[in-house]
This record gives sequence, structure tokens and C-alpha cells, in this order.
Amino acid sequence: MVEPLLAVDNVSCWFGGLKAVDGASLSAPPGRITALIGPNGAGKTTLFSIISGFVRAREGTIRYAGQEITGKPPHELARLGIARTFQIVQPFVGLSVRENILVGAHLHHRARDTALAVADRVGRDLGLTDMLDRPADTLTVATRKRLELARALATEPKLLLLDEVLAGLNPTEIRDIVPVIRDLCRRGITILMIEHVMQAVMSLAEHVFVLAEGRVIAQGAPAQIAQDPHVVEAYLGHGAAAKWGASHAQ
Amino acid sequence: MLSAAILIPAVLNGLLMGAVYALVALGLTLIYGVLHIINFAHGALLSAALFAAFFAFKLLGLDPYVALFLLAPLFFAIGYGLQRFVIGPASHGDDRNMLLVTLGIAVVIENALLYGFRGDTRTIDVPYAFQTFNLGVTYLAVPRVVGFVAVFVVALALWLLMTFTDVGRAIRAVAKEKLGAQLVGIDVGHVYAMTFGLGTACVAIAACLLIPTYYVNPGVGNAFVLVAFTIVVLGGMGSVPGAVIGAFVIGVVESLSGLFLGESLGQIGIFLIFIVVLLLRPTGLFGARA
Amino acid sequence: MKSFAPTAIVIAVLAAVPLVVQSNATLNFLVVTLMIALAGQGWNILGGYGGQYSFGHAAFFGTGAYVTAILQMRYGVNAWPGFAIGIAAGAALGAVIGAMTFRSGLRGSYFALVTLAFAEVLRIVASVAPITGAGVGTLMKLELGARTFQFQSRAAFYWAILALVAVSLVIAGLVERSRFGTWLVAVRENEDAASALGVDARRVKTAAMTISGAITAAAGCFYAQYFLFIDSGIAYGTWISVEALLTAIIGGVGTVFGPLAGAIVVKSLGEATRLLIGDAPGLDLIIYGAVLVLVIWIMPRGLIGGIADTRKVFGRRKPAATSIEKVGHG
Repeated sequence: MVEPLLAVDNVSCWFGGLKAVDGASLSAPPGRITALIGPNGAGKTTLFSIISGFVRAREGTIRYAGQEITGKPPHELARLGIARTFQIVQPFVGLSVRENILVGAHLHHRARDTALAVADRVGRDLGLTDMLDRPADTLTVATRKRLELARALATEPKLLLLDEVLAGLNPTEIRDIVPVIRDLCRRGITILMIEHVMQAVMSLAEHVFVLAEGRVIAQGAPAQIAQDPHVVEAYLGHGAAAKWGASHAQ
Repeated sequence: MLSAAILIPAVLNGLLMGAVYALVALGLTLIYGVLHIINFAHGALLSAALFAAFFAFKLLGLDPYVALFLLAPLFFAIGYGLQRFVIGPASHGDDRNMLLVTLGIAVVIENALLYGFRGDTRTIDVPYAFQTFNLGVTYLAVPRVVGFVAVFVVALALWLLMTFTDVGRAIRAVAKEKLGAQLVGIDVGHVYAMTFGLGTACVAIAACLLIPTYYVNPGVGNAFVLVAFTIVVLGGMGSVPGAVIGAFVIGVVESLSGLFLGESLGQIGIFLIFIVVLLLRPTGLFGARA
Repeated sequence: MKSFAPTAIVIAVLAAVPLVVQSNATLNFLVVTLMIALAGQGWNILGGYGGQYSFGHAAFFGTGAYVTAILQMRYGVNAWPGFAIGIAAGAALGAVIGAMTFRSGLRGSYFALVTLAFAEVLRIVASVAPITGAGVGTLMKLELGARTFQFQSRAAFYWAILALVAVSLVIAGLVERSRFGTWLVAVRENEDAASALGVDARRVKTAAMTISGAITAAAGCFYAQYFLFIDSGIAYGTWISVEALLTAIIGGVGTVFGPLAGAIVVKSLGEATRLLIGDAPGLDLIIYGAVLVLVIWIMPRGLIGGIADTRKVFGRRKPAATSIEKVGHG
């Protein structure tokens, strides 16, 4: 068994009196796509924020590439190779698309010329060539998602955390961006994605973790998960699994 | 130096002063709690209110405690107008811009006062200015005691307003969740303006309570308001009990440090507390998490 | 790669001015304008590029002024090293205040407040401390000569301040072209997103404040040399905090020439007011305050920023409707 690139072990955190994440454990094997799904409010984004250093875990540890990274701030994690996109896209509004990507590129390239070249290349890879000079606030939602992705990629990450990168996209846009994600994986980047768009999860992810009320209630291959009664229950409510099973039995 | 005969009056006077600070701080914290900005024009508005009270006395012969009932609504209107027609539109909803706009207004008001009335210090003479209540242990200046009582009346009135009126509910709704309030049809611009007006009215009341025993010049407002900032930061931005308790604490601290260190250095004491609190616990003692 | 040619041209043109203008009054006006532009450029590095609005830049101005004045008057240090040490003191103060405030994560209103508080504390201390002459202030001994940085001719002072402004323009230009500058602007736009991309926001902001403090302190040192008298109200007063930020905002925050353009506008306005209405205390600041509000209202990007915007508008599609997303950010 290959050592996972990311190993989250029994992580918990509280917001006020609420336990947002409750002893959650998950792992992401290197070079693969792992998905984190679950109903709204399950704590998925909070867990991401913990992994990417924005929120402190009260309990538990996180290991990445063999070293413990629990509690390290986001900028240090970025330097170690962990990049993340945000659920609500956050482009640098006053800057152009190229300048946005440039910020990411500068992480590993000090000289502006080199970093610009990297930014252009990454922009090209994500189909943004025509828009490099445009101000970031003139982009459509779908393009902003690509920009968010491009910026994160420019930091040359080994682990990419995608937070609902498909949210807000229409079927055509989804169809266009899925191969891009798959391609990243082929290039050796490990991906951990939070997603609601089930079709994408099924076709992209090799392993799925299901989070509900801060706890991991199931994990496995996509097909397995779809059948798991606990998962159905978490999404559709109490008793739904039994009803579903009953109607299927007929 | 540390005898009870000196300490007790110092503490009591600190409490009385604290009451007036509380009124100024209340206005500030209310505005912060709802609009989420620090109103840098607060001090200038206090100076303007002091001048207004001064002229109400000199030109209209109005006793400050009477002028209070005229100036409070007047300054409420001024505050409402400022927010609705200047600050709101000028800032385009950007917090940073709001800071600058309130700063700009502060500079205009203060210097307009300076230009119009010069920098000289003025005072008014009211018959009760030097009357005192004899508490046995010490004497307490009548105006200060009146101020102390008035603060609780105002705080109570504000609480009643916030809890039982539609306006108060709307204000609380906007403070808590602006988008949600908008979605249920609350006119946020109006609520912001109402809040600003209330904060400014508090300042006008404070001015009327201060003027019998204090002096008037364009810079006074600022001196007060920096103390008010300290109080609001100490008590927690947006917290009403925090502002009141913080005000009394600061009033006493100021009085005691003035006793031991002299006036100017006493002032520094307050600022240093201010900086330390900001650096170590910016949310204050009672404030919501930033 | 953007070139420094515009900077060179501007400086060359300005340098030629004393050859044409002989009037001492005009030269004096220009010297003060350039000094304010220098102070404003300092503010611009932190506020314009970095997005951290300081309301207490007087802290740096006054420190530069007092350090150089005290070193010369009480310790016999020569004016030139005194000047340099004054600048260093401003930088050190910027580093210290930056380290403290940014470590606590202070932003926005809180940051403005704390900088205001620092300036006020310094003002009060300066108004009572014996070393600064307390209420009386510090008077510099008149000793004309290049050695004491007290030039005979006003033109010499003009070229001196112009040189300092030139350096500040170059610094701003270098910041714009460097990785540090890109990171600084990213932090201004969205600190969290910048952190996720590897930017150490705290370090970047503190560095910006250090540079900012140094530049504004230089303006303070110059003030001391030019006017030969400072007191706590002059050195640490609100007037300079306001003028420094005003020049940057009017001229255009986050641009190289913004503070210079802004200073010319601000000082011209002040002069026009003085000529039309007369010299009265507070009058110029009333105008400045009103202009600040108007500029934010109508042209928040300032003069230079507005020009850049107009250029962009001609190649720009309508922005996508994103009011929901904007609200989401709130």
C-alpha cells in the first residue's frame, strides 16, 4: 500500500459551541483523485480550512508527505506544495488575469520575467490565453473558476484542494472542466475535491469520503458509496434508506 | 497621598466622568455594531455639539439641561443626514472608503469650528456649576451627578428602543445579518442612517451634560473621543454593556492616574491601555469575535 | 518591462524649474509641495500598494524630524548623518509598529485606530519630554552652509528635496516591478487568497511599513532642516497625517506618481484658498477634508488611477453581474 500523501487523523474543531468537525479522518493517496462529499453543513469546507491552515484543529493531526503539518499557516503549506481553491471564488479584483496568476507563480520564481512566463504558460494550459490582459472582475463565473485553478496551479503544488470547483457551472462548462482536472491528476498532482455534482464525483474520483455532521460516515469507491444506506440517510433524511431499499426490493 | 480622603473623591469623580464617557462611547459602539465602521467623525461631532450647547446658552439663554431636548433631535437629524446623504453614497459600500470619508468629515467639522470660532477656549456660567452634593465622605459636583443619572436614563431608553420598537428590531437585524435583513425588505440605508443619528444624538446629550463643568474649543471633542475609542475597544466593539462598564473603568483609571502622574501623562496612560488592548485582545472584554 | 523613463523625464523637468523661476515665494511653495509629496509617497507604499490605511503617519514624520534635530542640537552630530539616522529611526519605528500590529492581525478600522493612537502618544510624549523641549519645541541653530544642510539659496533646498522625491519615485517603481510589490498588492486585494498562494502577509506588510516609515521620516528630517523649528504639534500633529494620506488618495493610491500629483493639487488648492479668502487657521484643512470626501465619492482611484481607468475602459467588456458574489465576500 502506497503511503498517502495526505493523512488526516481524528481531527476536530469547534465553532462557538458547535463541533464543526468531529474526529474526522481521511487520506489521499498520491497521484489520485479523492473526493469528499456530504450534505450541506457537514463541515467539508471547515475540514479543508483546517488542512490548508486557515483554521486550527483542536484535536488530531495532519501529516503531509511524511511530515506533520498540523497548525502550520497557509503560506507555509503553500510552500510545501499544498494549494487550495475557495468555494466562493476570490480573484484579486484590481488585477488582470495574468497578474492574478503571477502571484501564484512568484512562489517559486523570484524574477518577474520567469514568473510571468510561468503565468502565461499556466494560463494557456487552462484556456485563458485570450483573457490574460483582462481585469479579473470582468470574467464570468466559469472563467473565474479557471482563474482560481490557474492561480493555485502556478504555485506548482503536489496536493491540490478543490473546494466545489464545479459549483455554479452549467453542464457544458462542467463537461469542459472535468478533463482539465483529470489531466492535472495525470500530471502527478494529487487532488482532494469537495464536490456536490455527483456525476463528476463518480467519473473523476477513485476514492470517496462521506462527511456528515462533522464525522466521516462512509468511505470507499464511488459505486460502493452510492449504495451505502448510511450515505443515503445522510443526504435524504431519516428512514429514507429503508424506504429506498423497500421500493427497490419490489 | 494614598489616604481615603483623596482616593475616594478621585474614584467617585472618575465614575462620574466615566458616565459622560459612557454616553460618548455608547454612540460609537452603536455605530460600530451596526455599520461595522469606526466613526472617525465622532469627536468632531462632539465638539460641534459643545459649541451648539454653548451658543444655545449664550444666544438663546437656554440652560444646557433644557437645550438637551433641542439639541438631541437636532443632532440626530444631522447624523442621519450625514450618513444617508454623504457617508453612505460617498463610500460606495467600501469599508476602507467609509473610514476615509468619516475622517474627511471630521477634518472639515473641526476646522470649520476652528475657522469660525477661533481656537480660544470658552466656558459658560450656570448657577449650579459649582454646587455640590455633600456625601459626608466627599462633595460631588451637581452637574456631574446629573450627568451620571442621565447616562443611565439614556442607556435605558436605548435598550427599550432596541428591544421593543420596530426600528430597534430592524437595527438589530441589520447588525446581525445585513443580507438577510435586506432580503426581508428592511431598508438598510435607512437603518444605517437611523443608527448614525442615534449615535450622534448620544454625543449631543453628552455635550449638554458636559458643558456646565467643562470647556469648549475645537479640539476638545477629539480628546474625548480618543478616550471613547479606548473604552469601546476595551469593552468590545459593538457591545453596549462593554461600553458602559469600560467607560467607568477608564473614568476611574484616568482619575487615579491623573492623581499620581499629572494630567498629560495620565492621558498617555489611557493611550497605552488602548494600544495594549488593541494588540492583545482587539475584541475587548465583551466584544464579539472579530 | 516598464521603464523608468517617465520618472527620469518628470525629475528632469522639475529639476529645470529653479532655472526659470526666481521668486523665493514660488520656490518655497514648490519646496513644501515636494516635501508633502515625499511624505505622501511614504504613506502610499503602505496604504496605496499595501491597502493598510494609516491615520497616524505623523508618527514617522515627527520621529524623523525630532531625531535629526535632537542629534544635531544636543549631541553635536553633523546634519547629514543626522538625516540618515532620522530616516533609519523612521524605518525602525515602522518595523516595530508593523511587527506589533500585524502580529495581532489588526486590519482596516482597527489598524487606522492604532496608528492614530501611536501618533497621539508620541505627540503627548514630545509635548512634555525635556529632550524635545517640551512645550517650547526644538529650535535648530541657524548655521548656513552645505555642511549643516542649511543651504544659502532656496534653489539648493529645492534640488535637495527633489532628489529625495526622485529616490522615492524610484523606490515605488522598484516595488511595482518586484515580487515583493506583487505580493503586497495581492495582500491588499485579498489577504486570505494571497496566503493560500504562499504569501507571508505579515512579513510583507511589516516590510511595507518599514519602507513607508523611512520615506515619510525623510520628509520630517527635511522639514527640520528647512524650517529650523519643530514642536510636538508640528512634528506629530494630525495635519501631516491627513496631508500625507490626502496626497496619495487624490493623486491615486498605488501609483508611482500619485502622491506627487496629489501634492501639487493639494498645495495649489491651499494656496488658492489663502489668496482668495485669506490666511485663517483651519481654512486649508477644511478644504482638504472636503476634497477628501469628494475624491472618494467621485474618483476613488484618484487622478492618476482615473487616467489609467479611462485607458482601460476603451478595451473593456461590461463587467459580469456578480452582485451575489460580492455580497458573499462581505
